[in-house]
Amino acid sequence: MIVDVNRCLHCGGCVGSCPQNAIFLNDFVLEFNDDCTRCGRCVKLCPVSALSLEAKA
Amino acid sequence: MRTLQCDVVVCGAGPGGSMAARYCAEGGLDTILIEKKAEIGAPLRCAEGVSKKWLQEVGIEPDPSWIRGDMKGAIIKSPQGTTFQLDESKAGAEVGYVLERHIFDKALAKKAAEAGARIMMRTSCTGVIREDGKLVGIKARSMGEEIEIRAKCVVAADGYESQVGRWAGIDTNLSLSDIDSCIQYRMCNIDVAPDYCEFVIGSVAPGGYIWIFPKGNGVANVGIGVMGRLCKGDGDAKRYLDDFIAKDPRFAKGQILEIMGGFVSTCPGLDCSVDDNIILVGDAARIIDPITGGGIAHACRTGMYAGKVLTECAKTGDFSKKALMAYEKMWRDRMEDKLYRNFMAKEKLATLDDETIDELIKMIKTADIGEVNVYNLLKAVKERFPKVVEGFEDLI
Repeated sequence: MIVDVNRCLHCGGCVGSCPQNAIFLNDFVLEFNDDCTRCGRCVKLCPVSALSLEAKA
Repeated sequence: MRTLQCDVVVCGAGPGGSMAARYCAEGGLDTILIEKKAEIGAPLRCAEGVSKKWLQEVGIEPDPSWIRGDMKGAIIKSPQGTTFQLDESKAGAEVGYVLERHIFDKALAKKAAEAGARIMMRTSCTGVIREDGKLVGIKARSMGEEIEIRAKCVVAADGYESQVGRWAGIDTNLSLSDIDSCIQYRMCNIDVAPDYCEFVIGSVAPGGYIWIFPKGNGVANVGIGVMGRLCKGDGDAKRYLDDFIAKDPRFAKGQILEIMGGFVSTCPGLDCSVDDNIILVGDAARIIDPITGGGIAHACRTGMYAGKVLTECAKTGDFSKKALMAYEKMWRDRMEDKLYRNFMAKEKLATLDDETIDELIKMIKTADIGEVNVYNLLKAVKERFPKVVEGFEDLI
């Protein structure tokens, strides 16, 4: 997963929405563990479009 | 590894966690309250609007230090601009305060501390500890140090993230229809009513609403929630909010002082929010008003119930799921019907087009509703537009 650290608001919305419980928010750091299935739910929900499956061109 | 012992460890020092810690400590339990962040009550993830009547119910004395505004009423607006104004004389207890959460949350934590709870800042739960299958505490990182906190019961008060419960095996997953993706700006230099909370519903905020909650002196929390199912994945919440602000002349000179995100669940609560040696409270238990997204009162109530039930459990030493079901019963008796009714209303509202919403608001304006609250509004809707409440008319 690609996190645009310059957009992320550290709101934890993706954390609580992740069906795999694979995302962790520690202050300003968003981490994904190996349970992530790349389902894209966090990408869809992020209020500021800070997440993506692939690096944006 | 350093190991701490206590009766109850509470994960998260939001309103739910602090209330749970307070009532556990008041009940004589050795209580540890941990908070991941460096400051309780900040950064903000909330619109800060609350009603008034529940404060007394949970033993919180209103204090001017955390009341930013005492509202005269609320305004509900359709995308076409039809407004319905609820005044306090008619809205009764549904109208309330706009808070300063960074002060409010600290005040509740202070109450927990005064009752005897130990507070550990910069301490996040990283997992649960099981011995022979039994939940005996949590793993935590405290100021960078890996520690264990052993307890007879864990209270998961970790808010929307709701990870502690999942580590303990409770399914807190949400469907996309029951998630609202939210963003909020603290704006200044804007021309909004100083003592009315405004709600704009319809296509401006698919499946959710836009709120303007005044903070005084031309400042307000201006935010939006968009239903997850209706998000397209291009930062919908921000895009819809920016569109709304750009079109409303009241914000023409507005500037943003703070941007914050934060999600809410809009289901009627978890199917079961307890298991052996663990209780989930507030947002972590998905106990939030599904139509308003308001969760502070629910968190405070469930936190208090958890503390009271755990105090009773300590007398027999029984923290099994069976014993903790007393908590489940308490919150359901108090809130379940309303949560379910508002959940159904939310589901319906998300299906209405702007014209129907406009019609509804026009109807409400002319109807003699008596005291205006969600129940009476739905009752009026049921009389004039029975189709809108189809499927849950029995609850109205």
